[in-house]
Amino acid sequence: MAPETGMPESGGATAGGERAEGRYLHAVDAASLSVIGKPWRKIDARSRVTGQTKYADDLALPRMLACKLLRSSVAHARIKSIDTSAAEALGGVHAVLVGSELPVAFGILPVSQDEHTLCIDKVRFIGDPVAAVAAVDEDTAWEACRLIRVEYEPLDVVTSVFDAARDPHGMDPADRIHDYGREGNLHRCEHLEFGDLDAAFAESDLVREDLCFFEGNTHLPMEEHSTVAFTDPDGKLCVMSSTQTPHYLHRALAKVLAAFVPPHKIRVIACPNGGGFGGKSDPFNHEIAVARLSMKTGRPVKITLTREEVFQTHRGRHPVLMKSRIGVSKDGRIKALEFETHLDGGAYGSYGTASTFYTGALQCVTYKVDNYHFKGARWFTNKAPCGPKRGHGTPQPRFALETQLDKVAVELGIDPATLRSRHLAEAGSLTANWMRIGSMGLGECIERVCAGSGFRERWGRLPLGRGVGLACSSYLSGAGLPIYWNAMPHSGVQLKLDRSGLVTVFCGSTDIGQGSNSILAYIVAEVFGLDPQDLRVVTSDTDLTPVDLGSYSSRVTVMTGNAALQAAERARDLLVPHVAAQLDIPKGRVTFGGGRVFDCEDPERGMTFAEAVGTAEAKIGTIGTTGSYRPPKSPARYKGGGVGPSPSYSYTAAVVEVDVDPETGIYTVPRIWVAHDIGRAINPALVVGQVEGSVYMGLGEAMMEEMSYRGNRFGVHKIPSMLEYKSPTSMEMPEVVTYLVEDPDPNGPFGAKEAGQGPLLPIMPAVANAIYDAVGVRVDEVPVTPEKVFDAMQRKAQGKEARYGPRELPRVEWPEPRRVRTPWQGGTGVEVEREDELARSSQG
Amino acid sequence: MLRLPKFTLHRPTSAADAVRIAAGHGPEASYVAGGTDLYPNMKRRVQRPTHVVSLSRCADLRSRAGVAGAEVTLGAMTTLTAIERDPWLQEHYPAFVHAASVISTPLLRNMGTIGGNLLLDTRCNYYDQNYEWRESISFCMKCDGSTCWVAPSSPRCWAVQSSDTVPLLCAIGAHVTLLGPDGERRIPLTDLYRDDGIAYTTKRPGELLTHLHLPALNGWRASYRKLRRRGSFDFPVLGVGACLHFDGDVVTRAEVRIGGAGSHAIPAVKTAAMLVGQRLRRDDAASGELIRAAAQEAYKPTRAMDNTDLDAAWRKKMAPVFVSRAIQDCL
Ligand SMILES: Cc1cc2nc3c(=O)[nH]c(=O)nc-3n(C[C@H](O)[C@H](O)[C@H](O)COP(=O)(O)OP(=O)(O)OC[C@H]3O[C@@H](n4cnc5c(N)ncnc54)[C@H](O)[C@@H]3O)c2cc1C
Ligand code: SF4
Repeated sequence: MAPETGMPESGGATAGGERAEGRYLHAVDAASLSVIGKPWRKIDARSRVTGQTKYADDLALPRMLACKLLRSSVAHARIKSIDTSAAEALGGVHAVLVGSELPVAFGILPVSQDEHTLCIDKVRFIGDPVAAVAAVDEDTAWEACRLIRVEYEPLDVVTSVFDAARDPHGMDPADRIHDYGREGNLHRCEHLEFGDLDAAFAESDLVREDLCFFEGNTHLPMEEHSTVAFTDPDGKLCVMSSTQTPHYLHRALAKVLAAFVPPHKIRVIACPNGGGFGGKSDPFNHEIAVARLSMKTGRPVKITLTREEVFQTHRGRHPVLMKSRIGVSKDGRIKALEFETHLDGGAYGSYGTASTFYTGALQCVTYKVDNYHFKGARWFTNKAPCGPKRGHGTPQPRFALETQLDKVAVELGIDPATLRSRHLAEAGSLTANWMRIGSMGLGECIERVCAGSGFRERWGRLPLGRGVGLACSSYLSGAGLPIYWNAMPHSGVQLKLDRSGLVTVFCGSTDIGQGSNSILAYIVAEVFGLDPQDLRVVTSDTDLTPVDLGSYSSRVTVMTGNAALQAAERARDLLVPHVAAQLDIPKGRVTFGGGRVFDCEDPERGMTFAEAVGTAEAKIGTIGTTGSYRPPKSPARYKGGGVGPSPSYSYTAAVVEVDVDPETGIYTVPRIWVAHDIGRAINPALVVGQVEGSVYMGLGEAMMEEMSYRGNRFGVHKIPSMLEYKSPTSMEMPEVVTYLVEDPDPNGPFGAKEAGQGPLLPIMPAVANAIYDAVGVRVDEVPVTPEKVFDAMQRKAQGKEARYGPRELPRVEWPEPRRVRTPWQGGTGVEVEREDELARSSQG
Repeated sequence: MLRLPKFTLHRPTSAADAVRIAAGHGPEASYVAGGTDLYPNMKRRVQRPTHVVSLSRCADLRSRAGVAGAEVTLGAMTTLTAIERDPWLQEHYPAFVHAASVISTPLLRNMGTIGGNLLLDTRCNYYDQNYEWRESISFCMKCDGSTCWVAPSSPRCWAVQSSDTVPLLCAIGAHVTLLGPDGERRIPLTDLYRDDGIAYTTKRPGELLTHLHLPALNGWRASYRKLRRRGSFDFPVLGVGACLHFDGDVVTRAEVRIGGAGSHAIPAVKTAAMLVGQRLRRDDAASGELIRAAAQEAYKPTRAMDNTDLDAAWRKKMAPVFVSRAIQDCL
């Protein structure tokens, strides 16, 4: 294995020992594994399904107070005054907190520290919190909020990217939503160029330009965000929260509360999440507010958001308006691809800078793209802040690319499956924008869904109203870089082996329902030959567990898995010599299995696992090891190349079948075939669960989900409820046929890649492509609603363009591109301007 | 979760007691049947009774009486699930059973009653919102405010009739009995409603709806067609009730009501008039043409506004399609 391809870190703290070279079991034959690859029950399944799992809102502590936030009722205004006296005087109120008490700003990314616990001098969207009340119960806290008087001075309200782009230089600086970023309300503006686009377009046989729009949508987790904070008698603060990222929450608390409590006296415990999907990965103002209120009152304080507040907390999918220009040769090879994206960011930065880059990062990892050009802009608007949702920034451009390829296929007269499989990016290759591809199973995914659905035989041949559509995608198995720059591991695991035979796994990762705690147990159990149900897994507690960056970017299985594997192998190496000595056999014959440690040549000869631990403990003392993981260094060394690299990429192909009523535009989806290249399924039942869940969520985005706002009423969210924010019910869920393609990746534990996000991505374009196959119209917009299908069909009947979709983009003064030569142009992964300089300095 | 405000709950055991208790508290009182409409409205602070009179123990409101060929009477507390599962109703009043069975979800149908469904509050997505949301739009005419945001220059409220059974029951000519402090009265269901989003019924203060009367089966056939986004949960954003009376295959009377697209179940008068006296047959091109032309007349009276799910202009365009299909169903 090449040294730069992402090995677990060496040098654990508690146990030395030489690293077991070549033991990273990606190449291991499936037959020799006893836990990995089997559909084991999740280790917390029983407590989840019997309702005994304690979510944050289930926590009730003695003397606990309830917190409610007063949120802004206006979308954009200066705060002239806040009068809390009447609220403070109300019986049952213990404390009222306002923004000026916590002046330190925070935010998930170091480049956008633009949030305050409570707004200080300005509110930026309807729902921005202005004051927090702690009272004996929720009703009292709510009444108290109604007694707080806030005087606002209204400012211009911006509810769309077009509003945001209006006259950036002429606008009164006071009307800007934020005073940082580029001019006006432009938050980010990125411009990257890989290769020679002009020449490539000139050489292309077919050039197309398509505009499309992907409306924003939200995560809709069943569990509303909830947090309990208390200070123990020694002055240590503890915050228990429904968060996907306890480590980042810890950092935000430490920053904002620095005047009151040092970082090592803050403990964050992430409770089991009732769904997250990216919506619980920012540090949130309600979390910091209850922390401070618990200090002010000396009592535990809890807040649980209402569903309406969850919509305001948001951080969901960015609405993205896109233009894609593609140049292909006659056989469909992509010679040039030019992408322009406009993200409607909402009121704060959140993950938005990363989201912007993500709208341009993964275009080249599925099919070979010879030359690539990306322009991305993110705009501030007075709406709930957008951020990461399952697929983070990549579903929108994926929709644009996959619908465009469908159009290319039609124009070239090549079926869409063949067009794609002919030009797949190669395993182990570098893309035009310097992403390193690992294992690559997309070709097989395409073949599996085509065989299952009869796509090649049925596409273009079904009666009016019936159609099939194909689309593909890829996603990262964990971001290559952490959110704040540092050289430390991304994931750490500690193991404690007890003479009772218990193995305890400590890890900072957070189980948001995806089963990450179980993955830790499976991997460690495999190494020790134990039953995973017998292990103890302790996670997501910043006092007890080593740092893991969090449950986002599909990173947990690959990163914590590698760290756990390293820790377990180190512990095994500690036991082996002492067991070998005790049994009087060579070390190479010591085998772990069935709860025993024995001689592989004479299995009768051995001892229980507990005895093995005891034997070693008697010789070398308490047994504990650590493991850690940091992703491989990326060859993308240009500015902006930090977003997109990953230890490996998963691949997915999907075929969607639709039934459209030509009289109304109403359609149903009876069946979906989906194939996912998982590398290796650590637990196939959990992978299929993630695939089906992704299909469900993707179908919601494709058919109906949208964050809509009332532009005429100052940008109030139109439908902040589970009833009116439409998401599919079991009645809309089609039959899903799932295929797992297993081609182990060298960077994954046992070869595993990600499962949680990638399978969502092809669903939206596959639906749009199927609609075209059914009724011959293009809906270049997500969601693909019946109204839009109907509208396009009417246009078609009137002889107009058979399309529904956007027609223009906001205007931007783009900066000069950062030019990077492609690998096949002899580039080095840095900007052309910096190449000489770097060459000189490396010589010097 | 939104919390219910505090109130006093009364649980009388007869309709007469319920009326007496409610009268004692005047406008402060509300009846509650299944509570699937009232309690969400209370949580949003759009209805604020301090005395709630539960009808769940009034055994006299749960009966079903009548035989085929004569009028059938249902107690107001009959649950939607009971209607959906009643084999006799399924056989004799299939369109009514269908309309009840497409209401919301199985869980809500277990609680929701026919009485509550007939008196369901009108809906609007400027109104079915919590207090803070409504505060951010300075409230609206239907509750706590003065302007209608759907049609700001309009003097009235356009909140939407959203019960699934109402268009169908109006079309077939059902009646209801009301019991009030001043006695009992029986009226055609169509007379219970008014075309106004705020004062949407003619029910007098304190009146209790005790019974629903389905007309005798004598040669009419009916259908209900519902437009909604999803196969469950959703209120109708267009709900067409159609009823044709036949003499052989000649239509002698027709009634078409369009729900979910105005503050009451709008009669499609012209559509109905074009059908009367005509010979209509299944799978017959001329009948199909005629129905399509008649259904086209339903476009104009449909008052779809931008206050429900799905695009208003499209919903209006769907009215003729759904009307046509509902009429076809009756052949
Ligand atoms: C998520 C959701 C989805 C829904 N979807 C639909 C749908 O698709 N279609 C649909 O039609 N409805 C729908 N509903 C509304 C509601 O569930 C039904 O209309 C139900 O039938 C209401 O009956 P109830 O007994 O629960 O009414 P309640 O809430 O108990 O009462 C409703 C109103 O009628 C009054 N009332 C009730 N009974 C009497 C009586 N006997 N005499 C006088 N006044 C009375 C009450 O005071 C109250 O004002 C939905 C509700 C929810 C929450
Ligand atoms: S129709 Fe107008 S007045 Fe009526 S509820 Fe809606 S916004 Fe309010």
